[in-house]
Amino acid sequence: MNKKLRIWLDGPYLIWTAAFIIIPLIMIVYYGLTDKTGAFTWSNILEMGTPERMKALILSLILSLMATVICLLMAYPLALILSRMKTGAVGFITTIFIIPMWMNSLLRILAWQTLLERNGVINQILGMLNLPKLYIINTPYAIALGMIYDFLPFMLLPIYNALQKIDVNVINAAYDLGANRFQTFWKVIFPLSMPGVISGITMVFVPALTTFVISDFLGGSKVLLIGNVIEQQFTQVGNWNVGSGLSLVLMVFILISMLVMQHYDKDIGERTTSL
Amino acid sequence: MSNKLIDLQNITKAFDGSIVLDDLNLYIRENEFLTLLGPSGCGKTTTLRILGGFETPDKGRVIFDGRDITSLAPNKRQLNTVFQKYALFSHMTVAENIAFGLRIRKKSEDYIRDKIRYALKLVNLEGFEERTPDSLSGGQQQRIAIARAIVNEPKVLLLDEPLGALDLKLRQDMQYELIRLKNELGITFIYVTHDQEEALTMSDTIVVMNQGYIQQIGTPEDIYNEPQNAFVADFIGDSNIVNATMIHDQLVEIFGVKYACVDTGFGTDKPVDVVIRPEDLELIAVPENEDQSSEEYQKALRKITRINPGYFEGTVSHIIFKGMHYEMEVQAHGFEWLVLSTRMFQVGTKVLMSVDPYNIQIMNKPESEDEKAVSMQEIV
Ligand SMILES: Nc1ncnc2c1ncn2[C@@H]1O[C@H](COP(=O)(O)OP(=O)(O)OP(=O)(O)O)[C@@H](O)[C@H]1O
Ligand SMILES: [Mg+2]
Repeated sequence: MNKKLRIWLDGPYLIWTAAFIIIPLIMIVYYGLTDKTGAFTWSNILEMGTPERMKALILSLILSLMATVICLLMAYPLALILSRMKTGAVGFITTIFIIPMWMNSLLRILAWQTLLERNGVINQILGMLNLPKLYIINTPYAIALGMIYDFLPFMLLPIYNALQKIDVNVINAAYDLGANRFQTFWKVIFPLSMPGVISGITMVFVPALTTFVISDFLGGSKVLLIGNVIEQQFTQVGNWNVGSGLSLVLMVFILISMLVMQHYDKDIGERTTSL
Repeated sequence: MSNKLIDLQNITKAFDGSIVLDDLNLYIRENEFLTLLGPSGCGKTTTLRILGGFETPDKGRVIFDGRDITSLAPNKRQLNTVFQKYALFSHMTVAENIAFGLRIRKKSEDYIRDKIRYALKLVNLEGFEERTPDSLSGGQQQRIAIARAIVNEPKVLLLDEPLGALDLKLRQDMQYELIRLKNELGITFIYVTHDQEEALTMSDTIVVMNQGYIQQIGTPEDIYNEPQNAFVADFIGDSNIVNATMIHDQLVEIFGVKYACVDTGFGTDKPVDVVIRPEDLELIAVPENEDQSSEEYQKALRKITRINPGYFEGTVSHIIFKGMHYEMEVQAHGFEWLVLSTRMFQVGTKVLMSVDPYNIQIMNKPESEDEKAVSMQEIV
């Protein structure tokens, strides 16, 4: 390709990357590692150490892990079924899953709030049926539910895509070589779908770990996640330095989880073939 | 060659109401190299998938070694498939690919290691154990797919256009490799291709298929020299196929000219199809504007009638040099005859053209579409 043309084509992306990714990152690192006067300090990072914040961080980790695992367990079988279906039916079902994503995510979470409230829709129905009522609003369970509901499509679609890409003849080859359905799944289908599983996990785990909207609406002010803690630093306390410092700590956790996933991805081939 | 190893009986298969295989009958003998040959979409892969167990026929039975395996699962069949696009496991190394079937059958690691080495040697890819499939060329992937299949010591290897994606040179090399491999292993090969040259080179038996029907079964020589119908003649190599009338035994009239031939038993004054291979047409040049009574012309005439009492006069309308020979078109009686010759004739040359009686192939005209496609198992 012509060199001049390249610059013209690449240019906008480079500008975009600089303006909206690199510069904000640098600013967070800067605020996170300095105090109000601009002098270097670790104190913003160490702010994470308070019991209240540690509790929020651990709760966030637990809830987002839980949501990720449940999303995976729900999405994988569904994706497997979808990948075996005729294209028309698949289009219909994936559309049903995607339509909620066209709605504002705040709205979706608000809907759950109305559903789960002490005198919300679900409890009214349960009451009419003379069944015990469900009091999970403002508990971690409600938050987990919201996360699963909100992020399930992000798990489903990458896994479905990965499964869809597997050549049927590769699966047939496994049968042909004597593998039964169970062996074919664990030795061929599952490892080949791994890239989808990895990106699904990342796309659920990361937003779940950093969310503050879901916990705001479904946790009331009773359950604080690390996202809420950071948000408060920016919007209520107005201390950008501490907010940025806490964000950096969270980013380290995300980075570690991604590295683990990558390692696992590389490993999986060897692991499953020696099964 | 000995007994029937596989017997396909009355196999019928339809997809969404359209019939893909119609009452197919075919048997395969032990140690045979049998090729299914036919145009795209004629049902070759479907036949192979039925053999492999990936498809169940709507009607009919598959007998393997005297046992009905029509509805036996693929993983329980004593045959292995080399798929149309290799279908290697991309998340495994070459060695793991080859070991797949052996690990499933719980062979010892020592046995597996020996087998991998043996198989890689057989396909000329020693030292490729730790490579991944996507780091291999098409030809190498192909050979790994074959290695992966043969380590399981199948009685039958099914190969679906295994050389389809390779370039000409590599394809020819691989053809020899496959024949060598088959002889070394002493197993039955069922091979699918739509390349007639490949089929003629490699097979013991060729099954020519069209639209789900078997058109002809025979040795490569049979198929080439004695095509049963116009479809086979046309599909196997370039041919001149023309309408003609069988006057009586050993005499056929083509475009009003009576030719001697060797075929008998077609009746009298019967419309037939005639096939003449381009390399069988013989040409003699006559100088232009030459008087028919001239000595020159009479000499040419004597020469051509020694080949066959019947002959055409024509004009060379086109010539291409093809390396080993010239490919020409000769305009005669309103038909463009394809002629292959090592001698060259300028475009515009007037020629006398004839053919040895032995090289005229007479075929019955199909009476209906069904007959056109009739199964010809009996003739083997
Ligand atoms: N699973 C299927 N569903 C519907 N139609 C099918 C299916 N498999 C094959 N067909 C149809 O059956 C016909 C024969 O297919 P087949 O794959 O056997 O052809 P082929 O002879 O192998 O052709 P090619 O040389 O192109 O591979 C085609 O018309 C094809 O569209
Ligand atoms: Mg095919």
